[in-house]
Amino acid sequence: MSQTLSPPVERPAAGRALGRTFVSREFSVFAALAVLIIVTAIINPRFLAAQGVKDLLLNSTIFVIMAVGLAVVVITNNVDLSIGSILGLSAFGTGSLFHAFPSIPIPLVFLIGIVFGAVLGAINGLVVTIAGVPSLVITLGTLYIFRGINNAWAGSTQYFIGNEPKEFGNLSVQTLWGIPLFAVAALIVVILAAIFMFGTRAGRDLYAIGSDTEAARLFGINVTGRVVGAFVASGALTGLAGVLYASRFNSVGADTGTGFELQIVAAVVVGGVAIFGGSGTVTGAAIGAVLLTTMTGALAALNVSKFWQQAIVGALIIAAILLDRILSVRTARKLRVSEARNV
Amino acid sequence: MSNAAATTAVARPVKARGTASRLFFGRNANTVYALLLIVVIASVFVPYFAGVATVSFLLIDAVPILLMAMPMALIIITGEIDLSVASTAGLSAAVMGVLFHDAHWNVWWVFVACIIVGLLCGAFNGILITAIGLPSLAVTIGTLALFRGLALVVIGDNAVADFPVDLTTFATSTIGGTGIPTFMIFVAIVVLAFAVLLHFTPFGRALFALGFSKEAARFVGIRVNRSKFWLYVASGGISAFAGIFWVLRYSSAQSDSVTGLELSVVAAVLLGGVSIFGGSGGIVGVVAGVLIIRTVNYSLQLAGLPDTVLTIVTGSLLVLSVIAPSVSARLKLSGEKRRNRALRAETFAT
Amino acid sequence: MTMSPNSATPAALELNSATKSFGAVTALADGTIEIRFGEIHALVGENGAGKSTLVKILAGVHQPDSGHFTVNGEHVSFRSPADSKDAGISVIYQEPTLFPDLTVAENIFIGRQPRGRLGLIDRASMHSQARELFARLGVPIDPDRVAEGLSIADQQIIEIAKAISLDARILVMDEPTAALSGVEVERLFAVARSLRDRGTGILFISHRFDEVFDLCDRITVMRDGAFIATHDTPDITVDGLVREMVGRDIATLFPKQDAAIGEAVLSVSNLTRAGVFTDISFDVRAGEIVALAGLVGAGRTEVARAVFGIDRYDTGTVLLSGKPIRAHSPQSAIDAGMGFVPEDRRKQGLVMDLSVARNVTLTLRRTLARFGLINAKDERRVAEEWSARLQVKTGSQDLSVATLSGGNQQKVVIAKWLATAPRLLIVDEPTRGIDVGTKAEVHRLISELAVQGIAVLMISSELPEVLGMADTILVMHEGRISARLSRDEATAEAVLHAASASPESAA
Repeated sequence: MSQTLSPPVERPAAGRALGRTFVSREFSVFAALAVLIIVTAIINPRFLAAQGVKDLLLNSTIFVIMAVGLAVVVITNNVDLSIGSILGLSAFGTGSLFHAFPSIPIPLVFLIGIVFGAVLGAINGLVVTIAGVPSLVITLGTLYIFRGINNAWAGSTQYFIGNEPKEFGNLSVQTLWGIPLFAVAALIVVILAAIFMFGTRAGRDLYAIGSDTEAARLFGINVTGRVVGAFVASGALTGLAGVLYASRFNSVGADTGTGFELQIVAAVVVGGVAIFGGSGTVTGAAIGAVLLTTMTGALAALNVSKFWQQAIVGALIIAAILLDRILSVRTARKLRVSEARNV
Repeated sequence: MSNAAATTAVARPVKARGTASRLFFGRNANTVYALLLIVVIASVFVPYFAGVATVSFLLIDAVPILLMAMPMALIIITGEIDLSVASTAGLSAAVMGVLFHDAHWNVWWVFVACIIVGLLCGAFNGILITAIGLPSLAVTIGTLALFRGLALVVIGDNAVADFPVDLTTFATSTIGGTGIPTFMIFVAIVVLAFAVLLHFTPFGRALFALGFSKEAARFVGIRVNRSKFWLYVASGGISAFAGIFWVLRYSSAQSDSVTGLELSVVAAVLLGGVSIFGGSGGIVGVVAGVLIIRTVNYSLQLAGLPDTVLTIVTGSLLVLSVIAPSVSARLKLSGEKRRNRALRAETFAT
Repeated sequence: MTMSPNSATPAALELNSATKSFGAVTALADGTIEIRFGEIHALVGENGAGKSTLVKILAGVHQPDSGHFTVNGEHVSFRSPADSKDAGISVIYQEPTLFPDLTVAENIFIGRQPRGRLGLIDRASMHSQARELFARLGVPIDPDRVAEGLSIADQQIIEIAKAISLDARILVMDEPTAALSGVEVERLFAVARSLRDRGTGILFISHRFDEVFDLCDRITVMRDGAFIATHDTPDITVDGLVREMVGRDIATLFPKQDAAIGEAVLSVSNLTRAGVFTDISFDVRAGEIVALAGLVGAGRTEVARAVFGIDRYDTGTVLLSGKPIRAHSPQSAIDAGMGFVPEDRRKQGLVMDLSVARNVTLTLRRTLARFGLINAKDERRVAEEWSARLQVKTGSQDLSVATLSGGNQQKVVIAKWLATAPRLLIVDEPTRGIDVGTKAEVHRLISELAVQGIAVLMISSELPEVLGMADTILVMHEGRISARLSRDEATAEAVLHAASASPESAA
């Protein structure tokens, strides 16, 4: 670093370098993704066959949408562990809707799924903010409550693709200019969320809250409202993902989406969203989700036992928070020394 | 046996009146009264609840929760958490299956190896949390996934079931006609050890101080990081022991053994009066908390609710146990402020 | 109040006879100040004189119990910081609170970012506005960088920029220079002067007389929570100011007993921690009270913490009775016979939610244990004994220590260390936030300890306490010891000069 130059002049330069490390965090995830794809493709060329790529994009869709939602929550220095269960409820709800009203319009199903998810998210958000207790514990509780409700509701019932209208199932194979429709939907979600988080006052408030909740409150930001809003957004996106899941996969039942929360948490932290809130982007989280899905595909393509997949998810979560920590410690140490020179 | 444990625990503090009165009127005591109330209600309203079979079924499922709740209580008292306990138990169960079935180890060496695996898991958490200073919530959610994933790697899709029959029978046996599982003897030893550790040793005193204020703890010479590290190691070891019991009780070691039990453990500890923000709680309350969760679950099972739906109850108990203190604290706050002010005025007057 | 040539300018803000009590403690007995547009007004006084309480009333953080408060000639009563902000008052604290993850420009404009098409934030305009603000202030800060890692000086500039963008007519700066280096102070002053010239009224709080005389047009002195006087700067001297600030008979308040001074108990040599303190050497002998004086941020507490092993240090040695103490290990310091009564009683000295008894015996938890188990009876006996000795007033040993008054809490902290029979006791701001009556009691206690042969290292920002209690005074300035004064040579002026390192420094 250029700290040895005269202090007042080089400060901004040091700042830009700091900014660069944060930017590079996203790029490094992107680079990791690229390396993963290239290496896998070299070893097993079939990995990049048209069908493989299409599968990859389709499989990423659901995770990307959920990761965007969770990233919004994590940026406020909270977490929502119940998203796997919310997805399950939404997916099974979709199946049930088609079972009960076979001619229900498909857009209405999407709307119901999104609202349903939003309501569940609102429950999380309200309990967390009103009781003032760590969101991790609350949403660990609702993870099991929502799952239990799903179990009670579904019992041993499973809805198969055949139970749904053909047009609904077909959604998952339709393409727009050769790109799967679902991937386009996910892309739109990412772009809208990114614009919201980057370009609106409300979005910036979320960063301020995650950066220093107390200061935000003192500053007059409506912390409760914003945090509840973040949970609602996450729930709504997960609800949407649930409807897409019902269209994409063969069957939905009591245990649909079990354990997804860990994968999404991994995607978000790997994508550079700090677990302590305040920094990171939804775009990074989305890339993280694609990376994680690709990894699953790559493991299969590389003939690595599928049993490694969850262990890798866990290792990635730990590696990501470890990396954040190392970066911040290094910055802090640099600062102490550079401040010392000024004394 | 658990009765005997209870009497010794009561007998000791009678020497000092302060501790004894706390035992009967404190927050711990409230949890115990709640437990008694629930048992009475269940006996009256739930058919077949009052009976020896109940004691046996209720307690045998309480064994792993009770075991894991002990180190968990201490960890939460210091203001941290360990969400990886069930995965640690699962990993040690998987290791147990593979070493016994595939590697043909002597079963006792298998036990030793499992405990070591658990201790290592705990040490891994401990190093990340204390030496590197990562938040325990994030670390243990990562290791929750990691240890479970490693269990899958170790044992894959297999289920090992050919453990020595005398051991599996022992795990489900009861003491004479009491219906109390024989394994409760080990549990009682662990509970007693943790009760003494928390309430009667310098280390225990330090943990409470630590949970309230890390800074204040450092000023009286408490080794903050070292204390926390050993708690995580203990948590790993005990979780592994719980994993061994699990395998013997169900005569099966597989990758998803003990899945999701961390929820019951955390819920029980918080129900038992340990504050999620650290600093307060007691072993008696935690034991009562575990038994409350088990009693409620078992009663509903008897009433015909399927197991999978019972997670609603456990989840709700967890949420309630964190919300209740914070809501009641808010209600109390105004009253307490007034009382404190009066007390301070009094002190000044004298 | 003194009339002055520019008294024709209207008062921007007037606070008259404001009072504020917290429980039994009166923090402000007579808060009176008048700030005009286009002036820099200094507020001086010892720690505990009530300056911070006054600032918090101006900021809308505290509501006064009584008194008269007008802004721009209109009566106001603020219910929150937002009300104060709306009235055109901006307060810049010693350590500003910025959002570390947001950019500088966003920190200035959060919640009111300029918006362009579609209601989206117009970043270009936000950044150019920020750049303009910095240009006006003459400070090159990059609006694009994140706030994390900015020096405190830069953070204050950002707060000032925020104040300007909010059109604040009154700027309150609470000890802004405490953590700044010389160059940074100059820059801040240039900014303050240019704001004044544009008509802003500035209240400037500082302990450094050179700064006060250099910068300010008028000076208001406070003592013991009450207004003393307001002067035009040319009409008063440093000595006059000191007299008004101290203003009481030191001898009656601090009945120090003579103690026989023995061998060195604590020997610190060449202690250094990069960026915090440099080359600190001193001895504390048995029966001696050594005071570490100096301004907030001079590094006094940091030295004490390093000696006791709470913080690390880079080089140097700490000996207790000739034996080296392991670095970074409070337990070995305690084992060797050190005790530490820290400055923040509520966060460091006590575990507030634990009972009085548990707090007293926390230091003794090992010695009270037999075969590894703590004997509850012994624990209780020891706690009762020491509470009685120090006359801790509490309803019961089982009450949480939070229910005690500040003075009694401090006695519990001292009790828990005396129970360990220490050879050296470090006391950091021993009477901060304690009412006057109990203060004298704490002083008597410390003096008695010295008589019993305990070596005492005392850190204090209260001059009378330092002058009244200490046998030897070490004055620190910017991480170094700038003066060593014996009891006979120590005067208020000598200590203050050495602490602010003004030219007349005694060092």
